[in-house]
Amino acid sequence: MNKITKNKRWLSFLIWVLIIAFIISAPSILPVFRLNLLGRYLSLAIVALGVDLIWGYTGLLSLGQGIFFALGGYCSAMYLQLNSSQDFPNNIPEFFGLYGVTKLPFFWEPFKSPIFTLIAIWLIPALISAFLGFLVFRNRIKGVYFSILTQAALLVFFNFFNGQQKLINGTNGLKTDVTQLFGQMVGSDSMQRLFFWLTAIIVIMAWFFSRWIVRERFGNVLIGIRDDEPRVRFMGYNPTYFKTIVFGIAGALAGISGALYTVQSGIVSPQFMTVPFSIEMVIWVAVGGRGTLLGAILGAVIINYAKSLVSEALPASWMFIQGGLFIFVVTTLPEGFLGWIQSDGPRNIMVRLGLRRPLSTYPSLEADGKEEVKP
Amino acid sequence: MNIPLLELSQITVSFDGLYALNNLDLKLNTGELRAVIGPNGAGKTTFLDVITGKIKPTSGKVIFKGRSITGKKEHKIARLGIGRKFQSPRVFNNLTVYENLALAISNPKSPWPILIGKQSNVQRDQIIHLMNIINLQSMANLKAGSLSHGQKQWLEISMLVGQNPDLLLVDEPVAGLTDEETDLTADLLKSLSGDHTILVIDHDMEFIRKLESPVSVLHQGKVLCEGSMDSIQNNPQVIEVYLGKPEEVNE
Repeated sequence: MNKITKNKRWLSFLIWVLIIAFIISAPSILPVFRLNLLGRYLSLAIVALGVDLIWGYTGLLSLGQGIFFALGGYCSAMYLQLNSSQDFPNNIPEFFGLYGVTKLPFFWEPFKSPIFTLIAIWLIPALISAFLGFLVFRNRIKGVYFSILTQAALLVFFNFFNGQQKLINGTNGLKTDVTQLFGQMVGSDSMQRLFFWLTAIIVIMAWFFSRWIVRERFGNVLIGIRDDEPRVRFMGYNPTYFKTIVFGIAGALAGISGALYTVQSGIVSPQFMTVPFSIEMVIWVAVGGRGTLLGAILGAVIINYAKSLVSEALPASWMFIQGGLFIFVVTTLPEGFLGWIQSDGPRNIMVRLGLRRPLSTYPSLEADGKEEVKP
Repeated sequence: MNIPLLELSQITVSFDGLYALNNLDLKLNTGELRAVIGPNGAGKTTFLDVITGKIKPTSGKVIFKGRSITGKKEHKIARLGIGRKFQSPRVFNNLTVYENLALAISNPKSPWPILIGKQSNVQRDQIIHLMNIINLQSMANLKAGSLSHGQKQWLEISMLVGQNPDLLLVDEPVAGLTDEETDLTADLLKSLSGDHTILVIDHDMEFIRKLESPVSVLHQGKVLCEGSMDSIQNNPQVIEVYLGKPEEVNE
């Protein structure tokens, strides 16, 4: 392995040590309120990983990941509501009473099972996204048209969920913080600590999973599709299947993310499917670094944490800062912060300032000349 | 050898009433090396697009190994054994030289084996062998985007060879190459014919001459004539539509 790769490895290793040290120490140094915020933002990192897979690697700019995020959230909330509805009339969740509903709608029934719920949280969003994706990809719709379609789908889901009071409490959403899990209130401090740990572990697992997806040839096919799809076809690959699979995976990650976010924020509502929220997911990845995975995690957590800190100090200023940050990254660091560091951005600045000599050849060749090929 | 490897019969492609190809007939035998020339707009690239499935012909049939492939999807045609090199080198700039070759060589190409399967040692040796041929072994881990134009052309040709197709379609392989590189490319293609059937499209007369192969001249979507380079250059029709005065060509 050459020097550059070694440096990059060393860098991601360092970042991981910092992340893990932070996660381990967070519960003892942060008050529960802050810990809960951190947990929520960590769960957003999971949906960001999915956006990085489909956008950063495969070039599919989806503006509709909020659909799958919300579906995961609804799945978890439905289970929690059912799990805590013994004291309400007809043994069904309380809100049904407001609309005169006395019988549980049929699609709620399977959510009485915790095992079904745990599978549904990722499988339902995965199947829906893969199905929608397949229809779009099969017809070779790409680029801007794909983005517009995903945003249109988001609006359809948003309006549908908003209007269904009798099925899922419509615009009010489903509350989870006053529900019971393992005999405890979901909103209680001890449960929130538990969810923080759970989220932290799942973020790391999601990273390993995504890394495994893109590590070898599969990831290279995705990059090939992003950069030159017809060329990939002429080599004998069918991009439709590759895109469908990766879009389904991103949907599953969004669902898991939405479920963890819901239990930590105490409610799921159609607000998860608003247009700005899905666009923000793209911004986290763009700022952190497309096609880096780690950049998606850092982008999601740091931007959201900054958002809550800034909003506390200077209310209403955050939108300006976020917009400015996005413009700054797009114009000066098109690869995002992590991408910039990995492509020797800091070194280039040092060279410009006259602090270092420019390289006269490709760094990897200068490092060790002819080398053994390692696949 | 009685059945041609590739047979195009009565291929017509029209875009809004304009004929890009007009009742084109062409046969290619197994192991043959064939050059196709023609002035701009003669339909050379459309002709490759029809064979590889990018464009569906308005009418006519493409028969490969005795089976009709008309209207099949690009990746299916590629899997049947037709490989294509594009006019401008199209390698994956963000992948390394090694990864580019690995994608070409991988087989099967459906998602599941690509995700789960490992690259075999045979494939690895084959990649190293190909890199040695094109002299890029020291750049194996360098992004293809940082290669020079000539190196990219060669990388793409070696990717095509790695795909191991029965029929290689090569579109302007020497565009932008130095004279020395052009000679090497001609030698490479000649050495590949026999095992592979090759169809080369180019403008460069000197290069086509070096291939020492039969030439088909395309004009206004039709095959105008076929024959050796010398007979083509002396054909008055060809001179009229394409070559201009013979003196200019022989310069």
